[in-house]
Amino acid sequence: MIAIGLEGSANKLGVGIISHPPNGGPAQILANIRHTFVSPPGEGFLPKDTAKHHREWVVPLVKQALKEAGVCIRDIDCVCYTKGPGMGAPLQSVAVAARMLALLWGKDIVGVNHCVGHIEMGREITGAQNPVVLYVSGGNTQVIAYAEQRYRIFGEALDIAVGNCLDRFARTLGISNDPAPGYNIEQLAKKGKHLLDLPYAVKGMDCSFSGILASIDLLAASLQPPNPQRLDPDTGEPITTADLCFSLQETVFAMLVEITERAMAHVGSSQVLIVGGVGCNERLQDMMALMARDRGGSVYATDER
Amino acid sequence: MSLQPQQNLPSLLLQENSQSQSSSTPHPALPTLPPTFTTQNPPTLLTQGAEALIYKTTYLTPHLPAALKHRPPKPYRHPTLDARLTRHRILSEARILTKCRREGVRVPAVYFVDWEQGWMLMEWIGGGSVRDALAAFLTKREVGEESVRGLMGRVGRAVGRLHVAGVVHGDLTTSNLMLQPTTASSPLDGQVVLIDFGLGAVSVQDEDKAVDLYVLERAFISTHPKAEGLFQEVLRSYEESYKGAKVVLRRLEDVRMRGRKRSMVG
Repeated sequence: MIAIGLEGSANKLGVGIISHPPNGGPAQILANIRHTFVSPPGEGFLPKDTAKHHREWVVPLVKQALKEAGVCIRDIDCVCYTKGPGMGAPLQSVAVAARMLALLWGKDIVGVNHCVGHIEMGREITGAQNPVVLYVSGGNTQVIAYAEQRYRIFGEALDIAVGNCLDRFARTLGISNDPAPGYNIEQLAKKGKHLLDLPYAVKGMDCSFSGILASIDLLAASLQPPNPQRLDPDTGEPITTADLCFSLQETVFAMLVEITERAMAHVGSSQVLIVGGVGCNERLQDMMALMARDRGGSVYATDER
Repeated sequence: MSLQPQQNLPSLLLQENSQSQSSSTPHPALPTLPPTFTTQNPPTLLTQGAEALIYKTTYLTPHLPAALKHRPPKPYRHPTLDARLTRHRILSEARILTKCRREGVRVPAVYFVDWEQGWMLMEWIGGGSVRDALAAFLTKREVGEESVRGLMGRVGRAVGRLHVAGVVHGDLTTSNLMLQPTTASSPLDGQVVLIDFGLGAVSVQDEDKAVDLYVLERAFISTHPKAEGLFQEVLRSYEESYKGAKVVLRRLEDVRMRGRKRSMVG
């Protein structure tokens, strides 16, 4: 069976074509292309502009995907699209495009839950059997485990998502959104070495990021001239923007690993699967691997940049 | 374990830990205990949660049993952050336990705290958990309905007294309620002792207290499906236990209705 999938729940528009062999073997990816709406530094992506981007690019991307996969419309069995959750306007644009293709080609249309899509894709690629899933992106922060025939949310962010926290801090610093704000924070964080005191907000299996964002925003403002230079109390070295990125990452990732570990202890699983955009962060993957190792397990990370 | 989709809780967390631990893959080496405990008579490990390990050991003399709670360093955390969190959590738990004791809530006494090394010695609470006592009752039915109602009443009063003291438990499950046998005639007799205040907090908010009751209710329903009616008895004695209980119980209705905050339909 060959399926074409359209995903546009945020600023990336992706079109993929996947072939499932009839004998139930591993799925084959025939095409997997995307186009990203990049907003200028200091700005986030607005729903209406993102939706406009998706409307402009969906047809060229579908054409290119078909060409890359070397399949024609006749070969395709169904059209899939992201049904949600995500940003309303871009989701709607892509849903309309998917419906249009399905009607035009006379194919079945299948709506896919965004979170479940991430998880199933991750399981397919990594071969993880029954992992605890940490789903971290710009819009979602959840710890999910499969129990009694359902994916169940064990813990989540109580306010903003972790990716949103990182993206908005990138905006505070005015650093580039290309290729992704989180990526640029990660690169800066590699140069940081002084850990600043930030709130640590874990409540059971849930966590909160808005207070941390407010706190690091204040710290960032206090580093701007004409304020005097801040020095690290232990080493006497000046505190830099890189130190801020480093502290932010260390704090929020420690929170994520902690709630994941708690869910693992609860369901008795030793595998972790990290999905979503923030899951690309190598520091998060390393921290998770250290935690999983101590529990006798392993970590699977999926998303490519 | 039956968790509902809207299940929202800090908790039910440690509830089946001991079982899930033993069934999982062979465990790597356990974290090393501080040097104080590695010499003669090493403590025996009882259970391992996500955060801490509980051992049985002795205090001062070899005849006084004690519970040791060890929070080993987490290698994934930045050492500064790790030390800060361990210190904060050990101290906060010890403070809550002493506060409870001062206010007459039956909890383990704190013997010794070392926040630098991350461990705390507490009074040993004999007997089993309310969870086990209830499970035994529901399968064997050796004692009368009266005796289990009595136990539910004591559970409700214990939680009530905790809330009067201005403390919320944060992880109130039947596994965190111990039944300390007195001169017991029936297996359901004994004093109810609250343990594991790792997620505890000082709070005067009705919301937090209602969430405590909600967690306890979920724990009841998920681990003792036949005991659902018994929980009413807990709420009844809770209501009698203090003046503000009525407001909390009204709030509990809201918490039940709300479940998870966010819609994940798509």
